[in-house]
Amino acid sequence: MSKIHVSTVINDDPVEYLCEPQQSLLDVLRDELNLTGSKEGCGSGDCGACTVIVDGRIVCSCLMLGAEAEGRKITTVEGIATGDKLHPVQQKFLEHAALQCGFCTPGFIVAAKALLDENPNPSEEEARYWLAGNLCRCTGYDKIVRAVLDAAEVMRAEAAE
Amino acid sequence: MSGLSFIAPKTVEEAVRALAAGDGLTKCLAGGTDLLVQLRSGRARPEVIVDMKRIPGLIGISEREDRFIIGAATPGAMISECGPLCRAWPGITEAVDLIGSQQIQGRASLGGNLCNASPAADSVPAVIAARATCVVVGPEGRREVPVEAIVTGPGQTSLRKGELILEFHVPKPRPHQADAYLRFIPRTEMDIAVVGCAVNVTLGDKGVCRDARVVLGAVAPTAVIVTEAAEALVGHWLDEETLGRLDAAARRASKPITDKRGTIEYRIKVAGVLARRAAAIAFKRAGEC
Amino acid sequence: MTFIGKDLKVVGTRPIRPDGVDKVTGRANFGADMTVPGMIWGKIKRSPHAHARILRIDAEKALRLPGVKAVVTAADFPNIAAEEAFAGEAIMDFRDLSRNCMARDKALYDGHAVAAVAASTPAIAEAALELIDVEYEVLPFVIDVEKAMAADAPLLHGELFTQGIEPKPTAPSNIAKRINFTKGDIEKGFREADVVIERRYTTRPVHQGYIEPHACVATVAADGQCSIWSSSQGHFMVRQYCAHLLGIDIANIRAAAAEIGGGFGGKTLIYVEPVALALAKKSGHSVKIVMTREEVFRGTGPAAGSVIEVKLGAKKDGRLTAAEVTLKYQAGAFPGSPVGPGCMCALAMYDVPNANVTGYDVVCNRPKVAAYRAPGAPNASWGVESCLDELALALGLDPLSLREKNAAKDGVKAVHGPTWQNIGYAETLAAAKAHPHWRAPLGAGQGRGIASGFWFNIGGESTASVHVNEDGTVVVATGSPDIGGSRVSMAMMVAEVLGVAVERVRPIVADTSSIGYTFLTGGSRVTFATGMAATEAASRVVDELKKRAAVIWEISPEAVEWRDGMAYPAGQNAGAFEPLPLAEIAFRSARTGGPISAEAAINAQGPGAGFGTHICDVEVDKETGAVKILRYTAIQDVGRAIHPAYVEGQLQGGVTQGVGWALNEEYIYDKDGRLENPGFLDYRIPVASDLPMIDAVLVEVPNPRHPFGVRGVGEVPIIPPTAAVANAIYRAAGVRLRDLPMSPPKVLAAIDEEKG
Repeated sequence: MSKIHVSTVINDDPVEYLCEPQQSLLDVLRDELNLTGSKEGCGSGDCGACTVIVDGRIVCSCLMLGAEAEGRKITTVEGIATGDKLHPVQQKFLEHAALQCGFCTPGFIVAAKALLDENPNPSEEEARYWLAGNLCRCTGYDKIVRAVLDAAEVMRAEAAE
Repeated sequence: MSGLSFIAPKTVEEAVRALAAGDGLTKCLAGGTDLLVQLRSGRARPEVIVDMKRIPGLIGISEREDRFIIGAATPGAMISECGPLCRAWPGITEAVDLIGSQQIQGRASLGGNLCNASPAADSVPAVIAARATCVVVGPEGRREVPVEAIVTGPGQTSLRKGELILEFHVPKPRPHQADAYLRFIPRTEMDIAVVGCAVNVTLGDKGVCRDARVVLGAVAPTAVIVTEAAEALVGHWLDEETLGRLDAAARRASKPITDKRGTIEYRIKVAGVLARRAAAIAFKRAGEC
Repeated sequence: MTFIGKDLKVVGTRPIRPDGVDKVTGRANFGADMTVPGMIWGKIKRSPHAHARILRIDAEKALRLPGVKAVVTAADFPNIAAEEAFAGEAIMDFRDLSRNCMARDKALYDGHAVAAVAASTPAIAEAALELIDVEYEVLPFVIDVEKAMAADAPLLHGELFTQGIEPKPTAPSNIAKRINFTKGDIEKGFREADVVIERRYTTRPVHQGYIEPHACVATVAADGQCSIWSSSQGHFMVRQYCAHLLGIDIANIRAAAAEIGGGFGGKTLIYVEPVALALAKKSGHSVKIVMTREEVFRGTGPAAGSVIEVKLGAKKDGRLTAAEVTLKYQAGAFPGSPVGPGCMCALAMYDVPNANVTGYDVVCNRPKVAAYRAPGAPNASWGVESCLDELALALGLDPLSLREKNAAKDGVKAVHGPTWQNIGYAETLAAAKAHPHWRAPLGAGQGRGIASGFWFNIGGESTASVHVNEDGTVVVATGSPDIGGSRVSMAMMVAEVLGVAVERVRPIVADTSSIGYTFLTGGSRVTFATGMAATEAASRVVDELKKRAAVIWEISPEAVEWRDGMAYPAGQNAGAFEPLPLAEIAFRSARTGGPISAEAAINAQGPGAGFGTHICDVEVDKETGAVKILRYTAIQDVGRAIHPAYVEGQLQGGVTQGVGWALNEEYIYDKDGRLENPGFLDYRIPVASDLPMIDAVLVEVPNPRHPFGVRGVGEVPIIPPTAAVANAIYRAAGVRLRDLPMSPPKVLAAIDEEKG
């Protein structure tokens, strides 16, 4: 069995790797590229801890083959901040104590960022449904939803400036 | 560790050749939201995976005078973003939108949802209710078949070796025709349908139903077109009596199993409830268009 | 030394946690994120049978697969003797623990580990698992608790004789233990009652559902020195248990705490660590094992399923005269369900003159249960708090008033023994009554329920050290894995004592070779006990800082005061000196006596009981049985909230787990005793759209035994939700659900039955 050569862009960097046909994008990110920020909570698309953005849409990287990434543009949690400046979603997660153990956090950060890119002013209900594919067992979601709505407000204010 | 190989053909012909070659199991990959789970659990052990998404036309939605054409691998999120389709068939687009999370929506497709052949697939009852067809291509050429002809049982399809679904053709609604799809799940998101029900109606003078299709999901080995339920609607307003007949017909058509997602008794009851509720929405929509 | 009642500058504020940035940027290292040079991958083969004798394991074919480095079975582990160990909030036996990590002779549940393999890639290890040939003799199994108690039930252990009954039984059974607490005269109590309500409630096992699967990396050097990196609630626990199970000297194991992706009690035991060590020893490589989600469900401990029988007697005015409770808990494959704490918590909240509580610990062919947030209490309170509601309805009394009338208060002797002191149950009821939620209007099809919960909280052994750096910044090191933000609380308490900004204090979790013994993170003990150690160490540092200032000023240390991070002369007689800030003293430390640091190793006592009261509104869809949580308020006596946001988070998270337990979470088995829903698709934990905001109301009745008044807070909030939801459903739909979960089919069946 020969490995597949893939050229792709991850967090704005051109990346090449070899992967086995059955390896998921998550396996590749974690085991081949040492991008361990994306987490595996279930391996079946039910928890969202491995959420990444592929060509502008969020997907579970455990449900995508590494081989499929050829020519795509991928953003992982490691690519959400700009240099040493946190994204407003990251900053608000910290301020609202929207994480306890922090394991689901990368997936929430990526999913929430994508939500606010698409919908700058989500209602609480819209935020809850958008984030329903991200399981959190620690927080009861309350502070996560507050952080996301607060980040939206900050981003709207920034955009208006 | 298997002898798995992966190819991403750029033409239909190439894809058909790859699917037709060899004796082992070949699998089409669209969004992969079912296939990757099966790969990982060992439930599916294909020799070849053929990625559909680089074939022209497999992703995207186009509109002709009489129909919408939806590429079989078009992700759900793209379907939900298609304004004309959402306005024409809110039942279909809402059904697609119910499949999994936002992350799943980034990948999951009509073609995958159909070919995975789960009795509980959310998009299937709605597209059947709209009398959609799909275009199948294979070694022996191209054929257009009603969507309901594809799935023959849980995990089983009528597709022959080397065949793939290229696109779905959904006729545009006539005046006063509208649809609705409802499903029941224990949570508000992330579950497989315990029961699903699509209702597609065309209203005539004074809101009397002229034509109807009622399709149930998750209550039989495949999605079921409930003729008796449609008959309960045709020629009637949606009054209590009609609703009662619809409910009874939906229950009678339900032949579910008891499993970890629901009991026979529960599924039968809820099939009737959802039929009534979906019909109410479809009638309301039809009256407004 | 106490800070209770004092004006505090740091405690009670909401600073950003010091480990936060790493967690929002993906840099934090959890169990599976560790890689070491030369590392290979371990996988575990598990029994497909609920109960089977292992006749033969043949690894020959697996070992021939290129890339496979080692296979281990029970034969690679010492066959150790029975010995009880104190494991967090439960007792367990090392022999059982060993056999739970790797089945010996018999597989006792679907998912029980029977062998393990290590190979150069995960895919090869996976393929090798299929090549390990295990021959089983399938045995009759039992998974239902009452069937397991029957005389003719299949026996899991031939040598298990029920403890706690006289005379000692002569035949083995599946009942490991009987426990009993009594108070007063139960028969007299029921004779005095005007109303007696007797009901039976049931629950299924539920999993802790931490999102991070168990993971570890183990290394064994040729000289026998071992290191373990793992996701656990106690790296000292990992070290101790692995040493015992594998016959290694404790000094030869260095265990480090990975960032832990949730535990809730489920990571107070070991599963993969001894297996990785055995594979590492045999292969000569470092071995990483990461469980799949399916393995987590099939192979690790859920909370016990149970049967709870409750009989309550009361006067017409609502005063309880008698209470009788029988608890039957599934322990899983080995003895050790939390039925003991269940018995103690069942009636702890009430002043009942006559009571009888009996508990049974019952083994069955399911995974061995593990602690889950207030282990044992949610089951018992599900019964008692539901039955109280039924009693309130029978008496025509308001359920909150009924609780107020019978609430335990200081001086009351609890059924399980202790006399209450400094408890805040009544305060939570008063706060509930005063909360606008309690009187808010409800719509048609909606209902409101109330229920309360109690948990002991624990103290125990903790070590903390505080080091003042050369520039006046501070490091506080503890041995407590940080499962939910405890590091920030440690930094805050130290900052408060030292009088510096919290950003100047960096908290870390030190490995087992770098700090003194610290009991695991569980029982809501860390902010209480480890916080007490950190406070003590910081106080010793203050004493030292005062001494150094005295050296600089050439006065007596008694003449130095410490305020707001600075040394001041204590009054005019001490001399006229400019105050010396901590940083200045630190900078001059080399010339005043050397490094400034202190360690406190304590066995913290007096954890302070926790009480909470919850109000829940639901709406019931009477045609589908779906229950929607409309509004939820959780009120709890938290003693003193060090970081209120993380305390609220504990309440909100506990409520959500309780709501999941109430509505949808359950283990579903097929007719062969195999788990049918080992994944997050069909084991349905609440998702974001299932819930409203959860109002967390912190009542602060300080615990006088802690310098800041802290009580444990993490466990109480999972206790009330099941009954609060059931009580709300009754008022919304007129049906009483007594079997958890209250999933839509059960709710609809109850509604239809009521309709007739």
